[in-house]
Amino acid sequence: MTPEQARAVIERALGEVAPDADLVGLDPDADLRKTLELDSLDFLNFVTGLGTAIGQRIEEDDYPRLATMAGTIEFVAAAGGQPSARST
Amino acid sequence: MTVSAGSDSAGPDRAGPESAGPDSAGHGRSAVTQAATATAGTSAGPAAGGFTWRRARADLDGLPGGRGLNIAHEAVDRHADGPLAGHVALRCVARDGRVSELSYADLKEQTSRFASLLASLGVGKGDRVFTLLGRSADLYVTALGTMKRTSVFAPLFPAFGPEPIRERLRLGDARVLVTSAEMYQRKIAPIRASLPGLRQVLIAGPAGQDAAAVEGTIGLADALAASDPRFEIPPTDPEDMAVLHFTSGTTGKPKGAVHVHEAVVAQHSTAAFALDLRPGDVFWCTADPGWVTGTSYGIIAPLTHGLTVLTDAGDFDARRWYGLLAEHKVTVWYTAPTAIRMLMRHGDDLPAGYDLSSLRFIASVGEALNPEAVLWGERALGLPIHDNWWQTETGAIMIANTAGMEIRPGSMGRPLPGVTAGLLERGENGRVKLTGGRVTEVTAPGVEGELALRPGWPSMFRGYLHDERRYAEAFADGWYTSGDVARRDADGYYWFIARADDVIKSAGHLIGPFEVESVLLEHPAVAQAGVIGKPDPVAGEIVKAFVELNPGYQPGPDLRRDLVAYTRRRLGAVAPKEIDFDQDLPLTQSGKVMRRVLKARELGLDTGDVSTLGRVP
Repeated sequence: MTPEQARAVIERALGEVAPDADLVGLDPDADLRKTLELDSLDFLNFVTGLGTAIGQRIEEDDYPRLATMAGTIEFVAAAGGQPSARST
Repeated sequence: MTVSAGSDSAGPDRAGPESAGPDSAGHGRSAVTQAATATAGTSAGPAAGGFTWRRARADLDGLPGGRGLNIAHEAVDRHADGPLAGHVALRCVARDGRVSELSYADLKEQTSRFASLLASLGVGKGDRVFTLLGRSADLYVTALGTMKRTSVFAPLFPAFGPEPIRERLRLGDARVLVTSAEMYQRKIAPIRASLPGLRQVLIAGPAGQDAAAVEGTIGLADALAASDPRFEIPPTDPEDMAVLHFTSGTTGKPKGAVHVHEAVVAQHSTAAFALDLRPGDVFWCTADPGWVTGTSYGIIAPLTHGLTVLTDAGDFDARRWYGLLAEHKVTVWYTAPTAIRMLMRHGDDLPAGYDLSSLRFIASVGEALNPEAVLWGERALGLPIHDNWWQTETGAIMIANTAGMEIRPGSMGRPLPGVTAGLLERGENGRVKLTGGRVTEVTAPGVEGELALRPGWPSMFRGYLHDERRYAEAFADGWYTSGDVARRDADGYYWFIARADDVIKSAGHLIGPFEVESVLLEHPAVAQAGVIGKPDPVAGEIVKAFVELNPGYQPGPDLRRDLVAYTRRRLGAVAPKEIDFDQDLPLTQSGKVMRRVLKARELGLDTGDVSTLGRVP
């Protein structure tokens, strides 16, 4: 998956959990949870949704790699696979 | 099924911080002896022998010259003026991991500066000082400096959205707010015009930053630097208001529970009993001070014991948390079931990679701790987790699995010394049944009733601010009625069953469905809304909303996303995590949404018999 594809997948997953989040001006290195005001449950839901979208369960050990948008893009791009066609 | 307490804490020669008191023997007795002394009826706790609140008061100093009792003196000044002056009172971990420390002497100076600052701003006794702050030193300085001034500390959970914030600032007559520049811009500036009583906003942050440049605010760091570092605490009546904590009921607006300076007597003594605090401890309470646990036990009690308080500004992260426990040699850890269940998701092996050998005692509060979590603690951390029970209104822990006693996994434990608990028969509406003004106590083991307490403990709330009616409704026939349904076993252990009302308990936070429904109803698409707690394996419950749409609106993913975004913007952390559309919401004859029916449907129960709902764990 290219970084652009990865970002689109991530934004969709974030949009499900926090549709209020402003992703346009998001600093790629900002603390995702703090900036988007995701609580622990939001974050778990985001991770679960993202895992479904990339077709693999994201392990708890990988959570630290999802701290920022840049890190998450890197993770998703490396995880490979094709974005699923899931629309919602 | 029982778990024995760790050998370290069960030994007969244990000398706790209150070892001089007559009650300390109770901790040393074997669990068997203690169990035998408990009665099946109203129980005053395992170690009640000889304990009185008057004696507990003697563990505190009181203001010099017999000028009364002030929490800030007990928590800070009395230590700063003695051998603990150089001892670390507060160790703050910033989000980026940087650590800063304040000794008791430092904390005395900073809180005195804050009290002086309030005086110079004309803020006096009884005036409410609110916070909307992350867990930084500024929050602790504000809390204790406010109490020094005999003003009232009113903390808000920083993840609230503008609507819950506005409501609480208004209901609590906020005179001063201490917040960050970022939160001010995002959450306060848009609503400030509607809060004419809010005279000053102090912006926390590094000295010399452009905080003061935020229009209509004062930079806290610079103002503190310019304030008098000496402050004599004025005479303080133990009944003077010290802390205002908001909580939620089934209906109506949030309730501001009033706590007074005398609460410190119970906070100090219960911290010794239920959290096993001892001199030299490093104590970490993970609760945010925006909730009562984070104030009573995150600020006040550990400091009155002269301990080192660890506080972390960061979010939950399993590795970060284990790392903090190890690096800072935390000895006593007070956390919540949701956090424990999230740690459990990371497995048993992760903690093995950290040196947790300093850790001696773990306690949990927020909602009932499931037995698996207690057992997981034994297995993965080498220590059982001690569940306890209390509420915003009680101000301090009331019922607990204490260090010396046998833990019963899934039970909240037994009443602490000085606490008289009971179970009261329930009526048709699920709450305490009154017959001719009298209640009926449930005395048989294993029979459920509403958990109630005999008033008289020092940290009992003294009122709901401006709401005498709801305060009166919290009592029945000489009992404070908790709204929690529980049962008691033959040995006097209490077991939580369910809430008696519609209040939602999510991640340990009490959320009023009315507050969420009110915001939903302001959305143009929404005709009716019902909000319930949906059982969740991690959070206990999550907030779930059912909405009926106005004509012209179509249910679908776009509208759902729109509603989620809208509620998150308005409500922040208390916004619903799930929204379902239902064009046929069950209504009472008077047109109110029947939440119990929604909950029964959600649980897949027979909706014809919602009376059984209270028995669903």
